[in-house]
Amino acid sequence: MSYTPDRSQYPAKKADGTLDIDLTSGKYLKLWHGPNHPGITGNMSVELTVCGDEVVDAKTHVGYLHRGFEKLMERRSFIQVFPIVCRVCVPEPDFNEYCYAAAVEELAGIKVPPLADWIRTLILEMGRVNSYMMYLGGQAGAFGLGVIGQWTTYVRDLMLDRFEELTGARIYHMFIMPGGVRDRLPEGFEQRMEETLREIESTLKDVYDVMFCNAVFKKRSVGVGYIDPALMDAYGVTGPNARAGGVAKDVRRDQPYLVYNELDFEPVVGKDSDIYTRADVRRRDVTMSVDLIRQILAKMPKDGPVMAVTPNVLHWKIPRGETYIRGECSRGEYGYYLVTDGSGFPRRINVRGPSYTHAVALLERMIVNLNISDVAGLMVSLHTYPPEIER
Amino acid sequence: MSVRDVLSPFTAWKNLFRDPVSIADPLKRQAAPRYRGFHQNDMEKCIGCGTCETICQNGAIDMLPVEGIPTKQGDSGLRPRIDYGRCCWCALCVDVCMTQSLTMSNAYTWVESDPDKFRFTPGVDKKHWDDAELGYVRPEGHRLTGELRVHMPEMEPDVRIGSFAEIVDGYSVEQAVLEADRCVSCGLCVATCPTHMAIPQYIAAIRDGNYDLGLKLLYDSNPFSGICGRVCTHKCETTCAARHEGDPIAIRWLKRHIMDQVTFDQITRVVGQPAASTGKKVAIIGAGPGGLTAAFDLAKQGHSVTVYEALAAPGGMTRWGIPEYRLPYDVIDRDVDVIRSLGVDIRCNTRVGKDVSLEDLRNNNDAVLLGLGLQLGRATRIPGSDHPDVRKAVDLLRQATANEDFGTPRQAVVIGGGNVAMDIARTLARLQKTAYGEVRVTLTALEDINHFLADPEEIKEAGEEGVIILDARGPQQVVVEDGKVTGLKTWRVKAIFDEQGRFAPSYDEADEQFHQGSMIVEAIGQMTDASLLGDELTERLTWNRGRIQIDAGGRTSESWLWAVGDMVHGPDVVTAVADGHRVAASMHANLVLKEQSK
Repeated sequence: MSYTPDRSQYPAKKADGTLDIDLTSGKYLKLWHGPNHPGITGNMSVELTVCGDEVVDAKTHVGYLHRGFEKLMERRSFIQVFPIVCRVCVPEPDFNEYCYAAAVEELAGIKVPPLADWIRTLILEMGRVNSYMMYLGGQAGAFGLGVIGQWTTYVRDLMLDRFEELTGARIYHMFIMPGGVRDRLPEGFEQRMEETLREIESTLKDVYDVMFCNAVFKKRSVGVGYIDPALMDAYGVTGPNARAGGVAKDVRRDQPYLVYNELDFEPVVGKDSDIYTRADVRRRDVTMSVDLIRQILAKMPKDGPVMAVTPNVLHWKIPRGETYIRGECSRGEYGYYLVTDGSGFPRRINVRGPSYTHAVALLERMIVNLNISDVAGLMVSLHTYPPEIER
Repeated sequence: MSVRDVLSPFTAWKNLFRDPVSIADPLKRQAAPRYRGFHQNDMEKCIGCGTCETICQNGAIDMLPVEGIPTKQGDSGLRPRIDYGRCCWCALCVDVCMTQSLTMSNAYTWVESDPDKFRFTPGVDKKHWDDAELGYVRPEGHRLTGELRVHMPEMEPDVRIGSFAEIVDGYSVEQAVLEADRCVSCGLCVATCPTHMAIPQYIAAIRDGNYDLGLKLLYDSNPFSGICGRVCTHKCETTCAARHEGDPIAIRWLKRHIMDQVTFDQITRVVGQPAASTGKKVAIIGAGPGGLTAAFDLAKQGHSVTVYEALAAPGGMTRWGIPEYRLPYDVIDRDVDVIRSLGVDIRCNTRVGKDVSLEDLRNNNDAVLLGLGLQLGRATRIPGSDHPDVRKAVDLLRQATANEDFGTPRQAVVIGGGNVAMDIARTLARLQKTAYGEVRVTLTALEDINHFLADPEEIKEAGEEGVIILDARGPQQVVVEDGKVTGLKTWRVKAIFDEQGRFAPSYDEADEQFHQGSMIVEAIGQMTDASLLGDELTERLTWNRGRIQIDAGGRTSESWLWAVGDMVHGPDVVTAVADGHRVAASMHANLVLKEQSK
């Protein structure tokens, strides 16, 4: 374990409990980390107060990427919301499509054909692999290992090719619609997917050798960014951030959705709850996703409809009701809260993105006492995507 | 930390011996076959319904007129222009396209120096991907709007042949809502409907269960919605956008559904009271849909309207021509009673020229409207057709309505392939079934079966009821033996029109058939009996091919006389209704003008 100094008495606290930081003293410096900092994931910033190279206070700032999606959706018909939701989270858009579609289907009483459920599961796992690939490149890059990003971007691109042939688009797939999915698997998809999976496995091995068995990376990540497992529930920590601390939370297993109860898997768990463990949990999660994709392709029905009969979408009204649909995305629990009022428009849609809890409240607390140069690495290790903080 | 952690990172060097994975020229890379690239629009298929514009959540699509694409029935003449500054390539426009004209090519690079170029009309503005074969098309079975019509329950042939009870049951509320749900509200039907009913709006009212609104929308343009809901020629359905990739919306049945759901009191409440009296008096001759629509409008505007009807009950051809199994009399009564509730005085059994003179009407009123209809049947004038047992369909239908016994023949032959021929054939079939227990009606028509003027469902149902339908048969002679009609001799029709497109049937004389029957019914067209006008007025009026010449407002060359309906526009209920509105507007404007110039 690395050296963890106790700076809890530094700077001094005033009588009212706030920190006694006098900027005019020259002892402290305000430093804006982001919103245009390459080490920051996406467009948010952290206002740091540093003393020397140590962070003594931090405040997170969001709002640079606010697009007002939740409000926009209230002025769109149910089908018109479908192309918007994916934009809430750029690197892993499919969860938005799935959660929204599932919420609409639940309130409208639509039964999705089984094949569509399998294809949805396949897409979600493909998206998870891509999201982790982006993370691994970012995590390595934040600690100076630029080459890892090039490798993971390459295999991510291969997966985007699979997305392109399956869904018709690379980034915003707009494929999971309320009622099912747009189309079946293209001819020969399984074989091309297998080739891609092998490439991913081979790259993962290289990543393990160069990033995880690396003295520099270990020096910077082991023991840094510790999340106390006792704080997990209080801070709403989910996903790999929780699992790396030994809290085996995984919605796929805890509350199986789609076809996860027909798949064979065990959530990946770590125990040290530091940056290194979180990275390692995610690396092993990719391996699990690769295995899940293979299982899905082997077990999925070969034929059948992929779209349920829906009412005419142009004036689709959904009875009054509310629901919360959740799923396990690469960053933790992702959820859509949908309220309908019997009209042709959603009354309220609230997106529960794990980045909100991880990047705002948790990060602010964790950053204090860190070295400035570790701030970016810590932030990446929480795997936050600011687009989903700001809906 | 171990020695391995120090050495292992150096394995990255092995990539020095690997080929680059980047694509050297990504612009040449082919996108996937179902890639959602740039839009294509097949101008042959596009009908400008604008459903793509409706569904686009970005407002990226505008429907605009295009040079060289005229507006016509079933085609708005508009085409989608797409703004790539707004488009998000979600392809909902492709998914919802009613004709599958809109697709996306798999092209994904397009370079322009002028940003305005990225707002373009696919199919009109030529692009390099126009002929691309790959790209996104709506996957098979992927439909966002309902494809098939909700089945209309109706009586089985063997049940319905036993009586004149109405065949079609009408939609239940659940069925009507399901059917109304399929409508995409494009409004192509509105342009086609002669009286431009607010079809998408009243269909929306059915979806919302708002029958008061639906009723108001119906009465805004058509006081004969009960009748039209059953027997309209529904031209709207032939231009419905849904017909291209499925069944057209059952617009006529949905109109009927609203009328079936409401009470008479509800109708009179929605229709409301007439305006304050203008003191102007109008006489209308003939209580058919044309005349009564004008009566409805004029009465609402405060004019005093009296309708003179020669027959025993109002309704015109809808009552005296259309059989009860298609249009029950109480439906006609209810539509007419609404008009009566506005103070319109309908005097039946009053024949102008006999019971009251046209001159009196002219002197006692500010304006007179002729709505005589087409009550005389045309004759074939073939040998033997002067025999008393050679009858006109319109006469028989009138007698059937009046419950007169015209001596139902054991075996009959009908000449004609239009709806009137079907009406009389099916009426005779019912009478025969009741009187003799079996149906022996043969129907012969000049046209081949694919070009019959009758509605397809009429042909289908007549066949189901036992009427033998023979197409492409030209009547040549009514065979009379011992003073009794024994049947009809026909030749096969080679062509109906000559090279100039004039009506001049040619026959194959070798193919002669004899159709047995003790009564021959001619159902080959109708004309107007305008004898009530008198010789002098007939002389003064301008005529055009046997029809009174009128201006756009229905006014004849006589300043006090207007004409409406079938007698000027040919046989069709909804056309007569549209005409009634037009003529009433012209008469009202004229009456008000007269008042102001006093």
